[in-house]
Amino acid sequence: MPSGLGAGAARRAGPRRRGRGRGRGRGRGLMAPPPSFIWTRRIVLTLLTLFALIPVYVMVSSSLKPLQDVTSTFRWIPDPLTLSAYHDIWFTVPLGRYFLNSLIVSTSAAAASVAVAIFAAYAVSRYGFRGKRIFTTAVLATQMFPGILFALPLFLIFVSIGNATGIPLYGSRGGLIITYLTFSLPFAIWMLTSYFESVPRALDEAALVDGCGPVRALFRVVIPAALPGIIAVTIYAFMTAWGEVLFASVMTNNTTRTLAVGLADYSTQNNVYWNQIMAASLVVSVPVVAGFLLMQRYLVAGLTSGAVK
Amino acid sequence: MTVSLRRDAPRSRSGRLLQRIRKGGLPYLFLLPALLLELLVHFVPMIFGILISFKQLTLFFIRNWTGAPWAGLGNYRLVVDVHGAIGSALLHSFVVTCAFTVLAVGLSWLFGTVAAILTQDSFRGRGALRTIFLTPFALPVYASVIIWAFMFQYNNGLVNELLHNVLGITSRPSFWLIGHNSFFALVIISIWRNWPFAFLCVMAGLQGIPRDLYEASAIDGAGIWQQIRRITMPSLRAVNQVLVLVLFLWTFNDFTTPFVLFGASAPSPADVVSIHIYNASFINWNFGEGSAMSVLMLIFLLLVTAVYLLGTSRRRNNA
Repeated sequence: MPSGLGAGAARRAGPRRRGRGRGRGRGRGLMAPPPSFIWTRRIVLTLLTLFALIPVYVMVSSSLKPLQDVTSTFRWIPDPLTLSAYHDIWFTVPLGRYFLNSLIVSTSAAAASVAVAIFAAYAVSRYGFRGKRIFTTAVLATQMFPGILFALPLFLIFVSIGNATGIPLYGSRGGLIITYLTFSLPFAIWMLTSYFESVPRALDEAALVDGCGPVRALFRVVIPAALPGIIAVTIYAFMTAWGEVLFASVMTNNTTRTLAVGLADYSTQNNVYWNQIMAASLVVSVPVVAGFLLMQRYLVAGLTSGAVK
Repeated sequence: MTVSLRRDAPRSRSGRLLQRIRKGGLPYLFLLPALLLELLVHFVPMIFGILISFKQLTLFFIRNWTGAPWAGLGNYRLVVDVHGAIGSALLHSFVVTCAFTVLAVGLSWLFGTVAAILTQDSFRGRGALRTIFLTPFALPVYASVIIWAFMFQYNNGLVNELLHNVLGITSRPSFWLIGHNSFFALVIISIWRNWPFAFLCVMAGLQGIPRDLYEASAIDGAGIWQQIRRITMPSLRAVNQVLVLVLFLWTFNDFTTPFVLFGASAPSPADVVSIHIYNASFINWNFGEGSAMSVLMLIFLLLVTAVYLLGTSRRRNNA
């Protein structure tokens, strides 16, 4: 486990420093913690690092092995190394098409979800209105529904709408986009509300006094001030759509199939191409992992303001 | 708004009324798109789902599903009859799901909380550790389950290599994706996937604790373990209330993990409810029964959530 050891060594080498004067809640006491605490920390964090990273290491190392090395006993170090899996993945199954479908669906769903959530969050954070509590509760309650309960009715509704109006929702990317955008909507509204609350009201009130309408105040003042949060929520919405499986398997057909379903194709062949599966897993993970790690800071900030309230 | 109101002031009374409606209606206008979409994708299908649970909707009627005959409480009677084949299978699946949820949520919460508390102070490498800990949560679920499925393979998996060949814990390689072990495979994957979320939430919660509290207690002579017990844990109560509930709902309803790991039919020891219902609906093509099962699960989740929120809120108020 070279990567795990690396992180562990870096941590062990570091002398303890108290994060002084960097805002509230950072750092705990004035005294250095006792050895019992330091040792607990080293051991527990090393174990958790191994737990978190071993699967990632397995993915990366197996993707660099030739096929015969992933079908026999597991070996820690890939030898010989080959990049052929990264070439082959595009031809064993139509990965390019799945990738494009996922990209279209997830991007549209994320953009639409955030656009809708911005207005809803603006209403919740800036206006008092009747039914506000019911709305926020109902939106969060949708998180509770088992997906399986509305997968079939939604499927039937989409088919009926298609038959009645000729708008193809079933089997099309459009249907999947609408479905996915509502999946990330509750969380997006909740997070954006807490971001908007952190924008001082005086700012948009000043804009209103200057003659802006509420919509212009939202676009000129509130959105620019909450932009990091909006980006974080967009990435989250993208990830939600990118990783969803149940509706992708019910609502798509051969031409609109997304990665979430398409990756299974590698193992329905006579041979299970584990090296290609691992290479493909890595390729489909890179966009979301990169996005998530870039925005984690903002996500914590949004959760914090939500938690403090 | 103020300015435009003033501009309209000299106008007629009806103009002012219109203005007031516009102002009062504005938040609703902003909410409308969100509301419509939630209705279309969540609430209306749910109501249809409840209707279907009272119908005999089999493959035969799928083309004309509104024409399927009513079954009354027939579907419900069938799925709660614990002496019948369908009912006993559902009960088994429900018990499996409860055990799975309790184990996975408990350990995910524990790992996340411990990690967040241990990384509360800054030390060199803390930022890197955070990134590492969050990586499992950032990976697409299906990709992580596929990786774990590979690790759990009998012949060429890492888990058997580690337990059998390296550590020598097991006397012979074990099957992980069939038989009793499949339950633990499911639990482990679920924990791996969800503990970073607990870590993230607790980390956010920790930042809300004022530093003065720790400083004051340190002056009073409290050690770090005491601080954790007396200050950190009580301060996290609000975060934990939401966190545990969200983890519970996610884990209980989790479909992706068992579906990607086992396919449409899971081995009996790991036959969680979501996959069981999928099987009844889309493999056996009996949507009425499947819907009745889903409705029962929804009622169960509503009850647990209500009791949980009442219980934890009261305790928080008393504290």
